[in-house]
Amino acid sequence: MLELRKDIFADERDDNLKEIGKGTQRQDMLGHVTGASTYFNDHQLQGMLHLKVLRSPHAHARIRHIDTAEAERSSGVRRLIRGADVPRNLNTLLSLINFGKDDEPTLAVDKVRYKGEPVLAIVADSHREAFEAIGKVRVDYESLPAVFDVEEALKAGAPVVNETYPKNTFTYYDIYDHQKLRFGDVERGFASADHVLEQRYQMSPIEHAPTETNGSIAAPDTNGRYVVYTSTQALFFSLDTCAKILDVPSNTFHFIGGTVGGGFGGKVDTLTEPLAILGAMLTGRPVRYIFGREEEMQYGPPRGAERIYLKDGVMRDGRIVARKVRAYFDSGAYTRLSSYAAVKCAAHLPGPYTIPNVYGDIYCVFTNRTPATAMRGFGVTAMDFAIECQMDKLAHLVGMDPMEFRILNAYRDGDMKAHRREAKNTALIECVQVAAEKAKWPLREEFKRMSSRKDGGGPRAAVPATTVDSLAPARPSGQQRTPYDRAPQPAAEPQPPNPAPPPPVSPTPAPQPASHGAIRFSSVFGSRRR
Amino acid sequence: MPVTVKTFTTSGEAAAALSSEREARYLGGGTLVMRALNEGDISISTVVRATDRALTHLDVASSRITIGAGVTFARVLAERELAFLHPVAGSIGGPAVRNMGTIGGNLFAPTPFGDFAVALLALDATVSVQGGYGARDAPIEEFLAGRDRLPRALVLSVSCQRPSNADAFRYRKLSRIKPKGGSVVTLAAHLPTSGGRVIGARIALGAMAAAPVRAKAAERALEGRVLDAASVSAAVAAATEGTSPVNDSLASAWYRREVVGVHLRRLLTGQV
Amino acid sequence: MAKTALQFRHNGRDVAVFVDGGANLLTTLRDAVGDMTPKFGCGQGGCGACTVLIDGDAHLACLTLAQTVEGRSVETLGGLKDGPNLHPLQRAFMEHFAAQCGYCTPGMLMAAKALLDHNPSPTRDEVVNAIAGNICRCTGYEPIINAVLAAASGGRARA
Repeated sequence: MLELRKDIFADERDDNLKEIGKGTQRQDMLGHVTGASTYFNDHQLQGMLHLKVLRSPHAHARIRHIDTAEAERSSGVRRLIRGADVPRNLNTLLSLINFGKDDEPTLAVDKVRYKGEPVLAIVADSHREAFEAIGKVRVDYESLPAVFDVEEALKAGAPVVNETYPKNTFTYYDIYDHQKLRFGDVERGFASADHVLEQRYQMSPIEHAPTETNGSIAAPDTNGRYVVYTSTQALFFSLDTCAKILDVPSNTFHFIGGTVGGGFGGKVDTLTEPLAILGAMLTGRPVRYIFGREEEMQYGPPRGAERIYLKDGVMRDGRIVARKVRAYFDSGAYTRLSSYAAVKCAAHLPGPYTIPNVYGDIYCVFTNRTPATAMRGFGVTAMDFAIECQMDKLAHLVGMDPMEFRILNAYRDGDMKAHRREAKNTALIECVQVAAEKAKWPLREEFKRMSSRKDGGGPRAAVPATTVDSLAPARPSGQQRTPYDRAPQPAAEPQPPNPAPPPPVSPTPAPQPASHGAIRFSSVFGSRRR
Repeated sequence: MPVTVKTFTTSGEAAAALSSEREARYLGGGTLVMRALNEGDISISTVVRATDRALTHLDVASSRITIGAGVTFARVLAERELAFLHPVAGSIGGPAVRNMGTIGGNLFAPTPFGDFAVALLALDATVSVQGGYGARDAPIEEFLAGRDRLPRALVLSVSCQRPSNADAFRYRKLSRIKPKGGSVVTLAAHLPTSGGRVIGARIALGAMAAAPVRAKAAERALEGRVLDAASVSAAVAAATEGTSPVNDSLASAWYRREVVGVHLRRLLTGQV
Repeated sequence: MAKTALQFRHNGRDVAVFVDGGANLLTTLRDAVGDMTPKFGCGQGGCGACTVLIDGDAHLACLTLAQTVEGRSVETLGGLKDGPNLHPLQRAFMEHFAAQCGYCTPGMLMAAKALLDHNPSPTRDEVVNAIAGNICRCTGYEPIINAVLAAASGGRARA
């Protein structure tokens, strides 16, 4: 039963809700129940070949030598594909919006950085023949020390996972190894607090486990183009990524997405299309590359693990006066979307609460684990898990009801948020009140009377004096342009000798030449859309 | 090499084919062999089948029951005379898997599968095998210890004594998802009593080693005693002796060692 | 590779195909017969997306050696509706929003059909057991269970 609480914020509403609350049938439901819904794999193509990859058994190793002589002679083998066959064998997903450096090979060449990393691909007449040929490849690995823990990866002397980022952290604005948020003075806040609580939270990588595994089928089309059926959730990401990796104009491809058989974020990386297309290019035939179930579970990217240290200063009366967060996002061996996850995480601090002193350091860390990807609120949900567990503990510490504790600390309209933006249209208080009502959880009258629209702003609207970090490292030469940028190179910009430390989050970017689709994605660059 | 399927009308011929080729595997219900082929197991080149009706024979009339190796879990569930094995058969897979999987195949299922074999181990079953030299009977414990040895043997049937009373045979399976799932730990116990005392106790554990294994120390703790708080506690204390559980996606070895005693207690005290 | 002839009844029609040794029924149905309705989810027997009926009983096509269906009847989702008319299970799945991505739906419907063909008035527990071999990652199962109960004869659920 859906209950619409139009009484809440009634004077702000302009909603003659015609659709919400009704069970509207999905447009694809008939297809689902009759089996007519088409998934990427529901296409019969004449002469289709099967692609399987050889995966590294090591988490971290140098590749000394690959011997494919026996595999090439194996029955049914049409083509072997190695790293050298990939036109542009280094990429990162968000290079499409000029965010990050190319760090991930389609097929590993000198080194493998996670267990399961693809080293070469075999295209054969049948699955069985592909498996048999894979079994005949001899790879000579030199095992290297590996690192699996985010904090270990940041210690001096830790194995370098990815030479593109030699400190094992993603680099923001060329020089920062983490995202920063600074608001007020947390140390003064802790000194004045009645209680200080520091806890460590850990969320493991989470596997999406879609019922349909990742995969794609690429086939030569009539006019020199290729048609690609894919399981991707992100058709344009995939198309443009393939155009870059294969070094062809993007109109070479006709990408056709099917109904996705469960994505949840696990089908946003371009996992199979580049090799399927390359296979089609090199053999002249349709090629299918589909993950088996073990591949999907183990080598398909998971939601990245997060480790969060949360330190709060709280007064006896329940007000949180300082919150300090240090968080590590485990990106695995390559960046993919984790750089963005850390930005989101920093942007989410300190949660929907007004806290006068906030400090956040969010790291995107590389380890020798399966590269992570998006999943349902990635970068934010783990932080919420930590924050909300902490809120319960803080409430318990001061002897306050946890619902009332949240209402007390909730942000209200007009409050200044740690990101120096005014809180607008807040509604946490009303949500907690309704939840308490539904759960028959008693709230004291004064908490039932509180509102998001009362008691905010005023002194709470001020930006406090903020201590900033002392040392800003010297600025090296300008932002690395990705090779995919096709716009002309601008002249180098003059560098100021001692740059002011940048604002904590979402700074205005250094002037960039107009390039491939950059400005639209304002959450990354901070340019605001009106 | 492509896969070749060879179908024989008699188990004797099938057994000969099986023992003469290293890369041959016997196909019962398909839940093990087809899975291996699907996952790219290139060590299987020949699939051997037999349509011998003796393999699906069920003899449940007397106090000694005999189940053909090709009998499916669904068939066991449909057989009223095998009611004491219904909790076991019903705990395996979903309905489709039960329509396909066989009692014989389950003897070869790797941990964390093989729940029926755990029950048979507790029941002191005999496995009838057609090897290179003709049919012979092997105690299940001996069979399980050598099941991976080459040349592979063809199981013809299993047999065991029917439990003396309903309460003597107990079974319990812990899985992550219900009502199915691979085993975190499987327990089966046959506890015949005489004059109120347990005589010939047998306790078998699944997912606590590479193959189903007897909890002999726990058995000794119960032998000759009345099933009461003291004897149950003694058995539980010895539950992990002789076990070597593995880490897998369902549970860690540590977790299995931690909980097997808890579930043994529930099994012995009749708790749900 | 030497191929074997295989004839069987597919959704009421006689079909004849040639299969490689060791081929499973799922690949055979999809690639040789052209029936894309059963789906590949795991190849291991864990997800149930390939559930089909063989001689009226639920089987997993990915674990079925194709040659074993010689002369037998195989039913898939592709044959469930009667001309243009939906089967009561299909109507019930629609009415109860028992699908989101739809990938588990072919297997779920066949598992449900196997249940109702043998047991027209199942209890809720019996429905749960019947779909125990089918994994859904989207709906949380409740809408599916409700749909099967609704489709059962009389649409009356027994506790």
